[in-house]
Amino acid sequence: MEFTRKKKKNSAFDIAVTVISLVLVAAVLYPLILVVSSSISDPVAAASGEVLLLPKGFTLEGYKRVFQDEHIMMGYANSLFYTIVGTLINLLVTIPAGYVMTKTEVPGTKFIMKLFLFTMYFSGGMVPAFLLMNSLGLYNTRWVLLILGAFSVYNCIICRSFFLGLPKELEEAAYIDGSSYIKTFMTIILPLSKALLGVMVLYFAVAHWNSYFNAMIYTYDANIQPLQLFLRRILILEKTSAEMMEAGGDEYAAQQQQVAALIKYAVIVVSSLPLMIIYPFLQKFFEKGVMIGSVKG
Amino acid sequence: MKKEDVRLKYAPKQSLLARMWKYRQFYLLLIPALVYVLVFNYGPMYGIQIAFKNYKGALGILDSPWVGFNHFKDFFSGYYFWTLLKNTLILSVYNLAVGFPIPIIVALILNEVGPKLKKTAQTILYAPHFISTVVLCGMIVSMFSKESGVVNTILEALGMERVYFMGEPGTFRHLYVWSGVWQQMGWNAIIYIAALSSVDPSLHEAASIDGATRMQRIIHINIPTIMPTIIITLIMAVGNIASVGYEKAYLLQTSLNVEVSEIISTYVYKRGIVDASYSFSTAVGLFNNLINITMLCIANAISRKVSETSLF
Repeated sequence: MEFTRKKKKNSAFDIAVTVISLVLVAAVLYPLILVVSSSISDPVAAASGEVLLLPKGFTLEGYKRVFQDEHIMMGYANSLFYTIVGTLINLLVTIPAGYVMTKTEVPGTKFIMKLFLFTMYFSGGMVPAFLLMNSLGLYNTRWVLLILGAFSVYNCIICRSFFLGLPKELEEAAYIDGSSYIKTFMTIILPLSKALLGVMVLYFAVAHWNSYFNAMIYTYDANIQPLQLFLRRILILEKTSAEMMEAGGDEYAAQQQQVAALIKYAVIVVSSLPLMIIYPFLQKFFEKGVMIGSVKG
Repeated sequence: MKKEDVRLKYAPKQSLLARMWKYRQFYLLLIPALVYVLVFNYGPMYGIQIAFKNYKGALGILDSPWVGFNHFKDFFSGYYFWTLLKNTLILSVYNLAVGFPIPIIVALILNEVGPKLKKTAQTILYAPHFISTVVLCGMIVSMFSKESGVVNTILEALGMERVYFMGEPGTFRHLYVWSGVWQQMGWNAIIYIAALSSVDPSLHEAASIDGATRMQRIIHINIPTIMPTIIITLIMAVGNIASVGYEKAYLLQTSLNVEVSEIISTYVYKRGIVDASYSFSTAVGLFNNLINITMLCIANAISRKVSETSLF
């Protein structure tokens, strides 16, 4: 590849692919910039769609309201809890299973793998799952959001492919030295699997932080609901809580509506910021992770 | 065969129980996952029987009376059946037809630009993947709002009428599919970008010495290299055709676009969880699941014949 690029620099082809790439980048960036700009713009401009790219005016009123709102802050705390504890459970359940799936000499692993794979294509469906959760007494508890998805077959396969790529000799040497299977896994295999751990943490944490449907089905108590459900109320159902509105003192209806628009943009930024900041640092890992996953399980 | 030979052949092989005992620590590592799958994946499968029963909470799954295929008959002969099936298939086929090839094209293009631009573009194109479905739909609602959306501001500036996008049945599918492209084209391109990195550079050298243009080299070298990846991804996508992202469809649904935005899975949620028609919606869900499996098997069989690449 390299030598051709040197030979004909700036060919029409090069210009074309560069322009297309830049257009794609701009198309992806535009809505993101627009949200950030709108969130700090003058409420009147934000609510009438006058912000086209850069902020018009400047105010942090939207952010102030968001951080003053009890419900959003509670949802934020709940989501943090579900993401951290849920991801830990995910790792403890999924990674050891992926490791054992590489041990074809262990009786039953092939059958269990088939048992796992079958669930990727067939499921009981929403309602039987709902009835099961009810009968287990998990409905409207924090547990339901931690347990659901605790094990992911898809991620288990990624783990399996990763472990298959590690040299076998290391384990065999450890076994000869008398190390037990679990000890070998913990002291020899896991320290070599930092890239895999990075990918798994990212996949699981993103899934926890962003999920709303399970919480919508299985919880009704606002005290245990994650941020995404509060976001749904504000962004989709367009119900801004009364207290957010009152926080600004007595305003006219029109002004209230303008502030509501500002709050929407601010809440989008506040809720999406953690992942937006973290993912570029993990890019190397997840690019590798997708590659591991593409090796057929 | 002499007796000793037989013993020699079989003696080293331990009995099944002995081997299982030897590997007991591996089973220990596997137990959490196995219990999870049995309870939370296979447990609900036991509940599928209520699709053929009249489920009553007081009687439980096992003791509720059998009704055979009544719920399926009700669904197939019901007013909504053809609309639901049509909406589901149009949305998923449209989604697949647009959402599947675009990441491949993105990967092929990024593979041709300089390393700096490639790296920056990749980082930026991944960003929307990390936005939640709720936030994505919230952004759509805001940007396409009739009074306050930037899209309508631009339309008006161009001398066109303001459009009430969220209330227009005609725009739902486009919003759904193209917002998906915006969100996932970068992320879904990763797998192809990775596959492209395995292209043998000597092929390109040889081809360009023979006078092949870069376009020709993409078509005759790059695309064939990533073809197995494309096919596997396609089979998986086709197998999920009936489970097109209902979480998003549900969020973008309004009372005005419901005639096109109601798909089988949103209908299952509303009838099953919201209206508590448990048996009926289990039957509908099972029907949806069977479409998926059928599509997957068909796609897999076709691919095995045509390209010798298959999932199973």
